[in-house]
Amino acid sequence: MLRKIYDWLDHRLDITPMWRGLADHEVPEHVNPAHYFSAFIYCFGGLTFFIVVIQILSGMFLTMYYVPDIVNAHASVEYLQNEVAFGKIVRGMHHWGASVAIVMLFLHTLRVFFTGAYKHPREFNWVIGILLFFVMLGLGFTGYLLPWDNKAYFATKVGVEIAASVPVVGPTIASFLLGGDIVGAQTLARFFALHVFFLPAALLGLLGAHFFLIRRQGISGPL
Amino acid sequence: MSEEEKERRKKGISRRKFLTYTLGGTGGFLASVMLYPMVRFAVDPITKKGAESEFVDVGPVDEFNETYKSVQFSVKQKDGWYMPEEGTKLTAWVRKNPDGEFLALSPVCKHLGCTVTWEGNPDLKNEFFCPCHFGRYDENGVNIPGSPPTAPLDMYETKVENGRLLLGKIVPRTGV
Repeated sequence: MLRKIYDWLDHRLDITPMWRGLADHEVPEHVNPAHYFSAFIYCFGGLTFFIVVIQILSGMFLTMYYVPDIVNAHASVEYLQNEVAFGKIVRGMHHWGASVAIVMLFLHTLRVFFTGAYKHPREFNWVIGILLFFVMLGLGFTGYLLPWDNKAYFATKVGVEIAASVPVVGPTIASFLLGGDIVGAQTLARFFALHVFFLPAALLGLLGAHFFLIRRQGISGPL
Repeated sequence: MSEEEKERRKKGISRRKFLTYTLGGTGGFLASVMLYPMVRFAVDPITKKGAESEFVDVGPVDEFNETYKSVQFSVKQKDGWYMPEEGTKLTAWVRKNPDGEFLALSPVCKHLGCTVTWEGNPDLKNEFFCPCHFGRYDENGVNIPGSPPTAPLDMYETKVENGRLLLGKIVPRTGV
């Protein structure tokens, strides 16, 4: 049945070469844990992406209940966590996944650093990776405010104060983040917008570039 | 392929098929473990439809007679995490039947849910009228053939206690 649907599409659209080009590539021996168990360190990049996929999916589902508004935000989070079936699980996936994503990203960065994979000709991909790191930190920072509880409020206050301590442009950055004079309604609205639209868009764009470059340049050689 | 080989393959499944099935099965299982909580989370409202409702006092029985009178009342209705202090406002068209029973009709049109009014159209006396698509109901709340609604107006469960009229949940019309 599936075979027939695929053949029907392939006959008309010639889709096989599209995914074949992506799927067929040699995995070098030195990055294959089946050959050397220690090669598991090469999995961290893929694991980071896997966690990002979980974050995007669970985040999409959370927005079916969450309301980014100072009156309703906390109440809606409490509702979706305690009264909706599997609310604890879905919010838990997003909550813990956020930390796991940063951990995986950090381990991936360490592997790239200590295997020297950032060196010529891959230095541009390292730069994209660092940008991805900042986007992920931004996602963590903006997402932290959204439950609108005490921890969220004071973490954002502290974060904005730190941003304000940047020489010269600090106060401007702080006003941009706050959207007003205090951590309040406008801050929550723009953190939500950054968290679900702007930063994920930047993340996906940068990930695309990251993957394109690694396929173009290949995995760096063994130590 | 030799005859022998063909014979051998007929008996069992090929290595490739076996791997496809086991890897596909395992992958599918893992994906569904991940997706099931999220999908169940999203479809939760379907399982929560139709909450219990209590009877609400709408006034003394002698306030009502043979002509329709609209009464406004509010019921406590939980809307997710939101529970309005003043409740959710509902309207009923109430009259006393010739047999002494009360008839309390819901003003929600059975066509597409707009609000009907008793003699809402000055040209149509003794009828409920819905302005959206000219839905019409006779003096008993029964839809008039040839107009859009396909069923009589729903009614509230009624009960009389200590000389006061109480309205319950909305049920489809019976006995017409």
